[in-house]
Amino acid sequence: MTNFPVEKIRADFPILAELIRNKPLVYLDNAATCQKPQAVIDSIVNLYSHDYANVHRGVHTLSIRSTDKFEGARTKVKDFINAGHEKEIIFVRGATEAINLVAQSYGKANIKAGDEILITAMEHHSNIVPWQMLCEQTGAILKVAPINLQGELIYAEFEKLISDKTRLVSVVHMSNALGTINPVKKIVAAAHAKGIPVLLDGAQAIPHMAVDVQDLDCDFYVFSGHKLYAPSGIGVLYGKQALLEAMPPYQGGGDMIRKVTFEETEYNTLPYKFEAGTPSIADVVGLGAAIDYLNAIGMDKIAAYEAELLAYATEKARQIKGLRIIGEAEHKGAILSFVLDKIHPHDIGTMLDSLGIAIRAGHHCAMPVMDFFQVPATARASFAMYNTKEEIDVLMKGIESLIEVFG
Amino acid sequence: MFDDLRDLYQEVIFDHNRNPRNFRVMENADRQVEGFNPLCGDRLTLYLKMDGDRIADASFQGSGCAISTASVSLMTEIVKGKTEQEAEDLFTKFHEMTTGKDENFNLEAVGKLAVLAGVREYPARVKCATLAWHTLDAALKNEQKSISTE
Ligand SMILES: Cc1ncc(COP(=O)(O)O)c(C=O)c1O
Repeated sequence: MTNFPVEKIRADFPILAELIRNKPLVYLDNAATCQKPQAVIDSIVNLYSHDYANVHRGVHTLSIRSTDKFEGARTKVKDFINAGHEKEIIFVRGATEAINLVAQSYGKANIKAGDEILITAMEHHSNIVPWQMLCEQTGAILKVAPINLQGELIYAEFEKLISDKTRLVSVVHMSNALGTINPVKKIVAAAHAKGIPVLLDGAQAIPHMAVDVQDLDCDFYVFSGHKLYAPSGIGVLYGKQALLEAMPPYQGGGDMIRKVTFEETEYNTLPYKFEAGTPSIADVVGLGAAIDYLNAIGMDKIAAYEAELLAYATEKARQIKGLRIIGEAEHKGAILSFVLDKIHPHDIGTMLDSLGIAIRAGHHCAMPVMDFFQVPATARASFAMYNTKEEIDVLMKGIESLIEVFG
Repeated sequence: MFDDLRDLYQEVIFDHNRNPRNFRVMENADRQVEGFNPLCGDRLTLYLKMDGDRIADASFQGSGCAISTASVSLMTEIVKGKTEQEAEDLFTKFHEMTTGKDENFNLEAVGKLAVLAGVREYPARVKCATLAWHTLDAALKNEQKSISTE
């Protein structure tokens, strides 16, 4: 593989040295969540050991140090996705909370009975249910653009579904169940041509490719830290400043206000208007450390390496008799979803676990995708920058052996 | 290669998975209940033919993992001819066995269902084994609806 320092990277992730059921861990469940490098773990330990206090609240030294680290991480996030300003970076718990925030704040203020919200048939439940809830509250209608048997969005159908009533388009950048990478730039341009804002669910895309929100021109971009080698419990809502300014707050409390009397409250400026209460300070700092770590490697190099891993895994998987890959989009991220003839994904998951291999078996929070492919569930191997061809060989050998055992 | 899994995947389980017993739609069933495990998508329909309070016949349709298929296949065999009370008692024992709370559980109490005892070491798989029995329980209580493990 082309000069990618995978062994050096692996050494930075302490958990990769664990034995699972007495076998070296082969961690291929990265789409669910990925493991953390020592630099991220250390950043949290260091904060709590040396610099911790509440943010934005004190004049004392520790509060200033803590605030500096916290706001420093916001700048790192801004630069990482090339947002125009720190004000456009809102810290939330994760992609799920970010989508709920947009639905309940932007959605409730701008979407009425009879209006339409357009999503695709490959969305994660977190980009379906918040819109269904909004539709229930407002009488708006959820429209779903179909996918084909390769697991690709049928773009022509999507375009047809953009109507005079469409008020928001919300699309996954990269599908967690199929690996499909959607033509998001084209989607944004098509929606904008009709003046419709677009939310991109970047939960899966963010660890696998360089993301530039200004180039994409999306109105909202959401992702979770835990899939980006950062701690769980922290995520990001990027929103264009003008949209965020006009949106009502999502939750009320401390930090999000400028002035409170019992008669009225003046809200704080961006981004604090959307950050009520004490935030997950250490996790934000951890997210900043993860971004530093990734920048030192380079997102383009990571994308190229993972493309090689996926190509290798796909070629090997195609040679296994009785294995069917679910999701064969032309543009795909490093996810291999598959089913085996007569062997249920849960049995695959348990069997591989006994070999130290962690994969996901289930519906991947995308039940409509499972229905479309008429499978109850799939087995999914999802790769990260620390995975190797050798690990893929272990996986494939495991699959072949379990097929034999089931006979 | 899968030595660690011998207790979970015993040969009997593979056998029932390959050739499930009583795997058919039952015409004129007295009870018909659907069981669903939303976590893994396992789905089964259980049919019972009753003779008074005795289970005269039991069959099923559906798709699931090896553990859940073997469990329902074995169950349809073992409950045939049992009274409702006897079947419920067996469910209670089966439940005790699979949840593994009683370390001194006497495997003889459940007869050939003992091959499923291995799931107690695999908390993620206990529901696969118990789905069949929850469905039977609903059928015996004459709840003509679908039930779910969640
Ligand atoms: C495509 C996609 N969107 C949204 C989410 C939700 O992320 P979280 O659970 O971190 O909020 C996930 C997580 O699995 C995902 O894969």
